[in-house]
Amino acid sequence: MIASHALLSAQSISLVYRGGVRALENISLELPPGQFVSLVGPSGCGKSSILRLVAGLTAPTAGKLLVAGEPASRARRSAVRLAFVFQDPTLLPWRRVEDNVALPLELAGGARSARIEAARSALELVGLSDFARRFPSQLSGGMRMRASLARALVVQPELLLLDEPFAALDDITRQKLNTELSRLWEQRRWTGVFVTHNIAEAVFLSQRVIVMCARPGRIIADVQVPFEFPRTMELRSRPDFARLCGEVMSLLERGSR
Amino acid sequence: MSEAVRAAARAVLPPAVFLILIVLGWQLAIVVWQLPPYLVPSPRDVWAASQEHAADLGWAIPLTGAAALTGFGLSLVCGTLLGLVFSQFKWVQRSIYPYAIFLQTVPIVAVAPLLILWFGYGFQGVVAVSFILSLFPIITAATSGLTQIDPNLVELFAVHNATRLQELLKLRLPNAVPYIVTGAKISCGLAVIGAIVGEIYAGFQGEHIGLGTLITRANAALDTSYVFAGVLGSTLLSIAIFATVSVLGSTILARWHVAAGRDSTTR
Ligand SMILES: Nc1ncnc2c1ncn2[C@@H]1O[C@H](COP(=O)(O)OP(=O)(O)O)[C@@H](O)[C@H]1O
Ligand SMILES: [Mg+2]
Repeated sequence: MIASHALLSAQSISLVYRGGVRALENISLELPPGQFVSLVGPSGCGKSSILRLVAGLTAPTAGKLLVAGEPASRARRSAVRLAFVFQDPTLLPWRRVEDNVALPLELAGGARSARIEAARSALELVGLSDFARRFPSQLSGGMRMRASLARALVVQPELLLLDEPFAALDDITRQKLNTELSRLWEQRRWTGVFVTHNIAEAVFLSQRVIVMCARPGRIIADVQVPFEFPRTMELRSRPDFARLCGEVMSLLERGSR
Repeated sequence: MSEAVRAAARAVLPPAVFLILIVLGWQLAIVVWQLPPYLVPSPRDVWAASQEHAADLGWAIPLTGAAALTGFGLSLVCGTLLGLVFSQFKWVQRSIYPYAIFLQTVPIVAVAPLLILWFGYGFQGVVAVSFILSLFPIITAATSGLTQIDPNLVELFAVHNATRLQELLKLRLPNAVPYIVTGAKISCGLAVIGAIVGEIYAGFQGEHIGLGTLITRANAALDTSYVFAGVLGSTLLSIAIFATVSVLGSTILARWHVAAGRDSTTR
């Protein structure tokens, strides 16, 4: 296996938090560029920790983690355009939606007119054009999450990390956003790591589902998802979709015993 | 604009109504219990005293007000700057902030005579007392606002490689605004108390005296009606300053699109 071909390459990573929590143990994972994978597993199995490691927000206790050939702690500064979507929309309440979306460009030092233009087109991608001048408090939960997604897309990410972004939304909104996210991925083909509790969501979105278990957090299965793109609502009612979801479910259950 | 007016009405009306009730109850108490005027003068006596001493009161209220506002303004600036230092240098915060919390619970009024001694028997001394008394709520509010930030937002800034200065200007300071507004509401009232206490110890040696001095002198002259007039003047001053700060605060909070900052200053 040639690590440099992978956008993300984790080799026997372990993470022990201060206080001795063994959050991750011996995680190895290779992601080719442009692949969309989901991490599923019970809460506390270290899904968020993996994303934070990849984003270079924490360092592994042991093992080697390369992102675009660079150590993860450096990669986001030089090697890769990275964006992170959190479970909460994490918008700045005192900024208009478009200024929230433009924030990453502003931090990178872009000119105001250019970054507002970029923010507007990112908002268009997520269907929020009419709300660019609103404040976050004036949006619904689903719309805030769209804005949060737009803020990630505005940097044209090569690596997009999503930590249970739709967990707080109702099922209908969640499925709608799943479809839209899948469509956007088809257009942009970023490398995606999507963390979720929701098996159907994971299977629907991904080319590959990684199943984890807790105490200590480790990978117990790596499932290929063969369904063709574009993926639409109909996929959810297909028997082979349900079968694959069932398979992932039983893997999860086996892991939690 | 009309929102600001309504906010002003909300801030001013209830205390005004309460004041009227107090005056009525006061008059009633005098009639019912036959209280002598040297103990409790009637509202009419107080009114007469305020008329008689209108010129002095007319000087005293703005003089004390100026000292209180200066002390409050200094607190706002210095408290925020101190909070800034605390938020940027963890070791400074760790070594000094506990004292800031601790001092908040100490009756700082006790050091007023010392401050007057050091800063002078005049405006500066009075401002110093007002400043010290009103400083701590701002320090704690600013420090909380600058440090108690959604960890995800801090990580968002880190993911996008924000510099420390960007994080301060675009995240920490704006986050602190509602907290500082809440702190300011507590602080401005303390600033008035500080100014009056300061004057009680210092007084203005010049031609005109502030409310604290005025009350002390009227008390020494056993002119209870005049003391009451001074107390009412202090109350009006306090209400006016608090109402102004509240209205300004609500205006800022509305612009910030947040609910009032969590009250971090009382614990
Ligand atoms: N900053 C931290 N300090 C100490 N322990 C942590 C920290 N973050 C997470 N943990 C612990 O590490 C484990 C994995 O956490 P996390 O990655 O958040 O899991 P998940 O996202 O799958 O729910 C949990 O047991 C959690 O309590
Ligand atoms: Mg998590």
